[in-house]
Amino acid sequence: MFEPVLLRNVDVPDGHLLATYTAGGGYQALAKALREHTPDEIIDLVKESNLRGRGGAGFPTGMKWSFVPKQAGKPKYLCCNADEGEPGTFKDRIIMERDPHQLIEGLAISGYAIGAETAYVYIRGEYALAIRRLEQAIAEAHAKGYLGTRILGSDFSFVVHIHCGAGAYICGEETAMLDSLEGKRAQPRLKPPFPAVEGLYASPTVINNVETLACVPHIVARGPGWFRGIGPDKSPGPKLYCLSGQVRKPGLYELPMGIPLRELVEDRAGGPLPGRKIKAVIPGGVSAPLIPACGLDVGMDFDSLAAAGSMLGSAGVIVIDDSTCIVKVATRIIEFFHHESCGKCTPCREGLNWVVKVLRRVEAGQGAPGDLEQLEALCKGIFGNTFCALGDGAAMGLRAALTHFEHEFVAHIEERRCPFH
Amino acid sequence: MNMREKIEAAAARYPDQRSAIMPALLIAQKEHGHLPGPVLEEVADILDVERIWVYELATFYTLFHTEPVGMFHLQLCDNVSCMLCGSEDVLRHLEEVLGIKKDGTTPDGLFTLSTVECLGACEMAPVMQVGDDYHGDLDISRIDALLDRLRAVVGQATGADLAAAAPPGE
Repeated sequence: MFEPVLLRNVDVPDGHLLATYTAGGGYQALAKALREHTPDEIIDLVKESNLRGRGGAGFPTGMKWSFVPKQAGKPKYLCCNADEGEPGTFKDRIIMERDPHQLIEGLAISGYAIGAETAYVYIRGEYALAIRRLEQAIAEAHAKGYLGTRILGSDFSFVVHIHCGAGAYICGEETAMLDSLEGKRAQPRLKPPFPAVEGLYASPTVINNVETLACVPHIVARGPGWFRGIGPDKSPGPKLYCLSGQVRKPGLYELPMGIPLRELVEDRAGGPLPGRKIKAVIPGGVSAPLIPACGLDVGMDFDSLAAAGSMLGSAGVIVIDDSTCIVKVATRIIEFFHHESCGKCTPCREGLNWVVKVLRRVEAGQGAPGDLEQLEALCKGIFGNTFCALGDGAAMGLRAALTHFEHEFVAHIEERRCPFH
Repeated sequence: MNMREKIEAAAARYPDQRSAIMPALLIAQKEHGHLPGPVLEEVADILDVERIWVYELATFYTLFHTEPVGMFHLQLCDNVSCMLCGSEDVLRHLEEVLGIKKDGTTPDGLFTLSTVECLGACEMAPVMQVGDDYHGDLDISRIDALLDRLRAVVGQATGADLAAAAPPGE
């Protein structure tokens, strides 16, 4: 029987308060880490656990930490990516609103592991309640000595600052986030140098997602073997899945990594609305290529979804039923990427503008023969030709819609109308 | 604390003053409602940074408003999950009852209506942000009730209380 750990406090009254958190064993992992382990041992534990980043890319967290140079001669920084802008995703918001100490404990242990004394939590400005709760939790943790100088009598000192975003999806891209933190327009940087070597203020920097950091105390407390025992060995652990769209029970679910998408949608989230059938599911936020209903027997983990031509991404699972026009969904997705393109790379900035124009006219019944070939040519021009993954996500999403639902695009063009209107 | 003191306190969190421009703009916008040129210049002066650095952030990030917005800024999410759950009907209804189009402001200055990208609350789609608060699972009757509550706030209070007085979500 799977026991939820990441969400164990979210439905507890006053789960956001320090007293509730410590009553449930909170901050004991931090105490254990400081008392029993060197920083390198913590990195080894996390490596052994096979924890992979929950922000979308799935990079092994322990390996990311190990890239930070031991002797840098500069301060090291830990940044928490709490910008959560991937449409369909709301897991980090719920952790921060209802169990912010779990994140703070994860930050403190991770900061100890990489040798950082300062962390910035980059949290999207819209998340007013999460910001208030996290501010309150940081103050409480300081007052009780879980943050600050010489934490719990050790030599480790660590402070956490909140940095509020101001509405830019691109800040979820880690190097754009660093530029934003430095007070610039958020635009991705050329890599290398990678942030672990030259990140915030040109200092060694690790950027981890909220959910990734929230896993860390549990790995320290229960051991890497426990973590690896949940889900597939190469992509293990408890996982938060955000269910939304045309489904009976939308909400946040904690289940093992690798759970079949069909079980998640049809059993856990109650399946489609009455009288409807599922047409397609976007498994990992709108950057993740959609999966048609016939493909739902895929495991929700990084490798299984990649093998199926999609990706786990942020695990924002959006259910689309048979009343919905895929051309309309694809248009809305590309409008989003077009709006959020930072403007740095021409293929993304100009290409998405062009794609939106073509999609809007197809959806309006004014498409022309050759438009689908045009869309594919534009995808080809964007994919792989930009600094960051925003353009790639847009191109992959559109390609999946074109591949699996070509007949809907063709119907719009041939009938000169949207068949769903 | 006045605006300058708040901005200086925020700046102490960073080794570089430039990092404090975003928090400073959020503080200034809370104070002034929006960010006209003179306010941007004041922020630049307080932090002793280039004015162009301040201008470029104020125009890059969507939460910063260089033009005035209504007392209640209705920010309806119309991204995929909300669209699938009926945000278009909610928008149409808002446009009808407010008598304005998207991006418009009512003549009394009470409401500005915008659509925004994903608010990260898709479990309660369709969702709308007003001030600091999220209002979810919206339908026509909930929208009407929300507008009534917001108007009641205006009826009961005056002046500067109003901006901070949007009632909490359900």
